[in-house]
Amino acid sequence: MNHRKRLASAFLLLAALPLFAQTGSAPSAPTAKAGKQNKAAAHDVHTPDGQRVFEQNCSRCHTAPESFSPNISGTIVRHMRVRASLSKADEQALLRFLNP
Amino acid sequence: MWRLLKSQAHPYPRMIGALLLMMYALSLTPHAAAQNTPLISGGVGFFTSTNAGNTTYLPDISPVLVAPLGQHLLVESRATLLESFFPKGGGQEGYTSSPFLALSYLQLDYLATSHLTVVGGEFLIPFGTYNERLSPIWISNFQDAPLITSLGTMNSGSAVGGMLRGSAVSTPKFSIDYAAYFSAESTNMQFNAERSTGGRVSIYFPEKRLEIGTSYGRLLQGTQKNYSGVHLWWEPAGTAFKLRSEYAHGPHSQGYWVETDYRLSRFGGPDTLLGRLEPVFRWQQTFRNSPDATDGLPSADTQRTDFGIDYHLPHEVRINTSYARQFSSTGNRNVWETGIVYRFLFPTWKGKE
Repeated sequence: MNHRKRLASAFLLLAALPLFAQTGSAPSAPTAKAGKQNKAAAHDVHTPDGQRVFEQNCSRCHTAPESFSPNISGTIVRHMRVRASLSKADEQALLRFLNP
Repeated sequence: MWRLLKSQAHPYPRMIGALLLMMYALSLTPHAAAQNTPLISGGVGFFTSTNAGNTTYLPDISPVLVAPLGQHLLVESRATLLESFFPKGGGQEGYTSSPFLALSYLQLDYLATSHLTVVGGEFLIPFGTYNERLSPIWISNFQDAPLITSLGTMNSGSAVGGMLRGSAVSTPKFSIDYAAYFSAESTNMQFNAERSTGGRVSIYFPEKRLEIGTSYGRLLQGTQKNYSGVHLWWEPAGTAFKLRSEYAHGPHSQGYWVETDYRLSRFGGPDTLLGRLEPVFRWQQTFRNSPDATDGLPSADTQRTDFGIDYHLPHEVRINTSYARQFSSTGNRNVWETGIVYRFLFPTWKGKE
């Protein structure tokens, strides 16, 4: 049973990672065309925030692409709408976020 | 991927021809907006796996085609093309190979309302999270799918029929999404599916970054079987730590997996030498309640631990390495795996600016 104890210890060690991982940042979000900075459009309080939609629905599963053509940003967002079950409002917020 | 390899494998010129024809037809359709140019994405990789001393080599390409049609329709497809090189066995020296080409999905999506999408065609079965979210080679942290993946996904992982899915509620406090499907039996080699039904419901709390969901599936052909499952994902706020887990129960077996990863981006950012490293860990157990050679789980209770290091190189290239130790009454084994994956994403043509 020694190996089980060792495995359990390793699991506990990994599970404790969040305790000292308080400032780690996730990989940055993409925008159409490399090098552009994200400038989320100004929204009122009822408008879904594109960055939040991105973090909740895209980057939870996969790293963001480094860049992509603006010609396919709408296609990417529609694909994500189906894959991540986004509402239309979230889809539009995500599109604004990717094409600031 | 390894599960797919167990299926029959043959070259499929007709399927390739159909895909090329579809792409040509899509190229002729007018596009309402310049942002809606069809895209080709996916991953190409080379993998090695040494399982109990036998090494397998696996070049693999998995392209995805996504093409909007008008304002409400979307065509999506993912294929897998690979060649597996493995020892001949039986006392013979050398290697032999086996090709594999299959569609994971080919579906038409109709965006009916803000909260409903109607899907028709061949699609991935919405049971648990692995099949739909983590199975692409450019996403998964480990080469091997979890041991319980076949529970609830009806062997092929794909369904041929219809699905309703969408976001039931989406607020800053929580969101609920759903998926429900029905599949007909299909014995076509490219669209292999079993008659089944099922679905999944998940609730996500953005502030806690916590998702909890449950899945159900029922096999409707032959001896009817029920499958159920739950999943929990958690990413503590302000960290790069992720915890994903699933439990699934079938009539003859059950099991769970827990996977954690932590991108070391706190050490100077995600693009530094250290920040590109991502230690990953997975613990899984399966329990055999009664014999069943068809459910895809090990024939005896099994424990497995995977330790891995993934390294994110620039230009969408990732190196995955892992070591696993598997314990079972049928024999313990070591599994060493390495792989390199390039993820691509580009428009099918330039389109209008």
